[in-house]
Amino acid sequence: MKNFQYFRPSSPEAAVALLDKTWGTAELLGGGTDLLDLQKEYVAQPSKVISVAAIKGFDGISVLEKEPPVVVIGAGTKIATVASDSGIKEHFPALASAAGGLGTPQIRNMATLGGNLCQRNRCWYFRDEHVRCLLKGGDKCYALDGENRYHAIFTKEHTCVIVSPSTIAPALIAYGASAEVLGPKGKRTVKLAEFYRAPRKEGEREHVLEANELVLSVSIPAEKGLRSANYEVAQKRSYDWPMAQAVVAFHLDGKKAKEVRIILGHVAPTPLIADAAMKEVEGKEITEETAAKAGEAATEGAKPLKQNEYKLRLLAVAVKRALLTAAGAKKYWVT
Amino acid sequence: MPKKIHVQAVINGQPMDFLCEPRQSLLEVLRDELRLTGSKEGCNNGNCGACNVLLDGRLVNSCLVFGAEVQGKAVTTIEGIATAQGLHPLQQKFLEHAALQCGICTPGFIVAAKALLEKNPKPSEEQVRHWLAGNLCRCTGYDKIIRAVLDAARLGS
Ligand SMILES: Cc1cc2nc3c(=O)[nH]c(=O)nc-3n(C[C@H](O)[C@H](O)[C@H](O)COP(=O)(O)OP(=O)(O)OC[C@H]3O[C@@H](n4cnc5c(N)ncnc54)[C@H](O)[C@@H]3O)c2cc1C
Ligand code: SF4
Ligand code: FES
Ligand code: FES
Repeated sequence: MKNFQYFRPSSPEAAVALLDKTWGTAELLGGGTDLLDLQKEYVAQPSKVISVAAIKGFDGISVLEKEPPVVVIGAGTKIATVASDSGIKEHFPALASAAGGLGTPQIRNMATLGGNLCQRNRCWYFRDEHVRCLLKGGDKCYALDGENRYHAIFTKEHTCVIVSPSTIAPALIAYGASAEVLGPKGKRTVKLAEFYRAPRKEGEREHVLEANELVLSVSIPAEKGLRSANYEVAQKRSYDWPMAQAVVAFHLDGKKAKEVRIILGHVAPTPLIADAAMKEVEGKEITEETAAKAGEAATEGAKPLKQNEYKLRLLAVAVKRALLTAAGAKKYWVT
Repeated sequence: MPKKIHVQAVINGQPMDFLCEPRQSLLEVLRDELRLTGSKEGCNNGNCGACNVLLDGRLVNSCLVFGAEVQGKAVTTIEGIATAQGLHPLQQKFLEHAALQCGICTPGFIVAAKALLEKNPKPSEEQVRHWLAGNLCRCTGYDKIIRAVLDAARLGS
């Protein structure tokens, strides 16, 4: 690993002051579970690493008594803490599920919420120090006609076909969460639904933050009566990133689903809001049949690569099962 | 070259000072600077658990933590598990069940199992398997490890 200067500021403002205007020279250090790996592979070679460990009040979960109440999670909060918090389990079961199933106990104990949302993608070409693809200043995406079984299936208009790596982000989007961001000019609020963008070249990240901004916290409104669920398809129950993920949330008006949100993870360069699937069930009772139709609709517009057509089926099933779970239907599948 | 960093931490119950380069992981500090070579390097990227230590009581992969980050914290390594009275029940049960072959994964498994039993002294087999899912073993096929941990839990370790 290239050496660097290590900083340990005690306030978010001091951390921002240490960041640079362009990406690459300075990195924030949350739990380090992504950054250390990137540095060991020489994919990240910052000359400054700025730890958030000594920033006061950077972690923790609190509730703002508003209508509806808002739950605020500090960016330094560990994923394991998010997964085990009783309030989060009760009001945001899809978030608790995504956090509780992420990686391994060791990773969940170290990884922070801010780091999870800002982690780099896991494309194996990107992660290989010897490959210079589009995202590293090269002129070619090696995944397009290479080993692409875990890459995106929504590839239209994308020159880089990564999948968005965060399993937490789709849940936060479904709950209408927003991130409080601090930069040199002060604070701004970014909806999680607008937090991500597909990177196209070197110097672009998977999210919309500037290089000298950081995530302070994430706020989630606790809508009364909202039903929600997360369903992931992975090869193993531990370690693996999902190959497809669906997070759903809706209200019930009698038996009819209202204000339906269906968010797809790990199938596109950003989390995807599945409009066609949402339309399919809006105002309808969630049954095996309507849920299956929504699942099919969720794959509309997909253009899989050579090795990942299988993800279409996984995604359709993930959407169906997430909808049935949130509706309280009896599970006929192994969990 | 950046200056070495002075870090103060409690390692296996003893307050210690050490110097490390910014880029050294906790695993490298333990093995190369403090000569605590019980923690092993398997994958060096968070996949195998051979480097597991407890950081303020929480199970972490020391290969993914910078040494500088343990300032003011307590670290427990495999060397801190046995007592003056003898082996920890987990260690004893690993021996009795022959829950190791080459042994490179063993320190990580024992530290991970200790973290589990501290939180949940009577885990079910499923809970043991789920919790130890961040540790890889290429030799034993896991069954003996799971049985050793369940047996140690029965002993009330
Ligand atoms: C074996 C394994 C399995 C995994 N499985 C999953 C999975 O299933 N789903 C999933 O989502 N992830 C998974 N991960 C990835 C893991 O969740 C991330 O590495 C972790 O969440 C990153 O958090 P961190 O605090 O360690 O980030 P760090 O490594 O500290 O930082 C990551 C990036 O975020 C930036 N950053 C950190 N904090 C902030 C902040 N407050 N504001 C702005 N930028 C910031 C850093 O500068 C860096 O660029 C897995 C990782 C491993 C090793
Ligand atoms: S998918 Fe993106 S990161 Fe991967 S090789 Fe193509 S351009 Fe590079
Ligand atoms: S060496 Fe740290 S997890 Fe494998
Ligand atoms: S005993 Fe050899 S890897 Fe576990």
